[in-house]
Amino acid sequence: MRLSKRSRILLRLAVWAGLAFIYIPLIVIVLYAFNSSKILAWPPPGWTTHWFSQAFKNEAAREAFLTSIKAGVAATAIALTLGTLASLAVARHRFFGRETISFLVILPIALPGIITGVAISNTFTQVLNVPLSLFTVIVGHATFCIVVVYNNSVARLRRLSGSLEEASADLGANTWQTFRFVTFPGMKSALIAGGLLAFALSFDEIIVTNFTIGAGEQTLPIWIYSNLFRPHELPIVNAVAVLVILISIIPVYLAHRLTGDEGATPGRGGRGKFEGGGVETEAVAAP
Amino acid sequence: MATEAVIERRSTGHRLAGLLHGRPRLQVGALLAGPVGWLVIGYLGSLALLLVAAFWSVDPLSGATIKKFTLENFESLVNEPVYRTIVWRTIRTALLVTLTDAIIAFPIAFYMAKLASRRGKALLVVGILLPLWSSYLVKVYAWRTLLSTDGAIHWALSPIGLDTPGYGTTAVWLVFSYLWLPYMILPIYAGLERIPNSLISASEDLGASPFTTFRRVILPLSFPAVVAGSIFTFSLTLGDYITPRLVSNDQFIGNVIFNNIANNQPFAAALALVPIVVMIAYLLVARKLGAFEHV
Repeated sequence: MRLSKRSRILLRLAVWAGLAFIYIPLIVIVLYAFNSSKILAWPPPGWTTHWFSQAFKNEAAREAFLTSIKAGVAATAIALTLGTLASLAVARHRFFGRETISFLVILPIALPGIITGVAISNTFTQVLNVPLSLFTVIVGHATFCIVVVYNNSVARLRRLSGSLEEASADLGANTWQTFRFVTFPGMKSALIAGGLLAFALSFDEIIVTNFTIGAGEQTLPIWIYSNLFRPHELPIVNAVAVLVILISIIPVYLAHRLTGDEGATPGRGGRGKFEGGGVETEAVAAP
Repeated sequence: MATEAVIERRSTGHRLAGLLHGRPRLQVGALLAGPVGWLVIGYLGSLALLLVAAFWSVDPLSGATIKKFTLENFESLVNEPVYRTIVWRTIRTALLVTLTDAIIAFPIAFYMAKLASRRGKALLVVGILLPLWSSYLVKVYAWRTLLSTDGAIHWALSPIGLDTPGYGTTAVWLVFSYLWLPYMILPIYAGLERIPNSLISASEDLGASPFTTFRRVILPLSFPAVVAGSIFTFSLTLGDYITPRLVSNDQFIGNVIFNNIANNQPFAAALALVPIVVMIAYLLVARKLGAFEHV
């Protein structure tokens, strides 16, 4: 597009300002983790790595970390299974209500997280008389994680031509063999990406978790939340916060690398690359 | 023994595959049973039960849920002005945050889509994606420290005679706008990517100024993408209770739901219907505006 020099400079400034707005708070919290003082005044008077060793020694934080991993792994496993199944149905078959599936899958993330939380909590405690526990947390997380797997998988299936599968069938492979030797290898990296994103989503989720977790249990975000109001614990919270940022960012980065050209390279696959990437727009987190 | 087991398993697999072969309806059924069961029976079922529970009540003495139809919850929702204030505050904030994010996001998305180099584009997408996914709670907490009276904002602004807004309504607006900004940037970027450059060139060749091209070509074509982004900014604000709790004393719908969940779940359920109704209305409007092709 032809723009005057001034407009170009202004736009570039807007981008830099936007990036600064996005990154400065994250940088500040990382710096605070190395703050030598216990008080969160800015700027920190000196630097130390003491709080990280304290954080690793903290029994409650470690336990919460394990709980988060357990919840994340279980929710990811369920989301992978259900998301893949739904994507195969939608991308490879025509049936009544096919359009509704995408809507159904995205609903738990399009509605505010608090709704999912209250609804699941209500069903378990009031109707089924099942006490809240790690299990109910996993159910909640899996529900909103399906969409990430589904989106990545549908996008990939649309890119992979169905003719390969027809060829496989023509050559005598049965349905299972075609899936195992033709479809699955093509989907694999998209599924890994979807799984990584689902894990990242589950790992730092707090709203649904808060409503579905049993008394006395804590995931890492809940541990952070409950310690935010204890000034004495804040230095350790800062260190844990940095670890949480890393653990949520690394899977996302890897997932992006795995499906990179579905997302970041524009204009290739024809219609709607973003609907493709999944990682990009649809796979939004539900805090 | 072992080979036998393998043969046995394979033959069941074969039999199953044979059964599915050439029966697309059966295949679809097998594929959808799990996910649709989970989402329709589990999730939609829970939402339906939430609707039912909204008409229950709690025995004030024993605290037990009375599963009998009553309009009590909705009566207090409508009659007590405090709830009206809270609902209105939440919706107003959600709209304001959506508007703020659209204004900040558009130039960034435009630069990414139409001006950046291939490499710059890829870097910017990752640059926006990573913070989107980094821990929500940590981001709110970061703002809590930034906004505090001896925090970084105070430090940066005091030399020029300004000060941190502190905790309160402004802080909530600022933090929400911060949190959901990437959710707005990415759909707009995607929408702008889809506008063929040839359309823009054509407009320019026909003598339109950049502003006219923007107003008559780019904006109408990308508007559905803005609406798509606004679904997230609006919905996420509507249900949040952590941010208001951490950076203000304001009550939002989410706070009241959370405060009632332990002692008066029916009332919490009734309150939870408010964001659902608002969101459904919003989604219907968004669909009219063509946003769903962009989500």
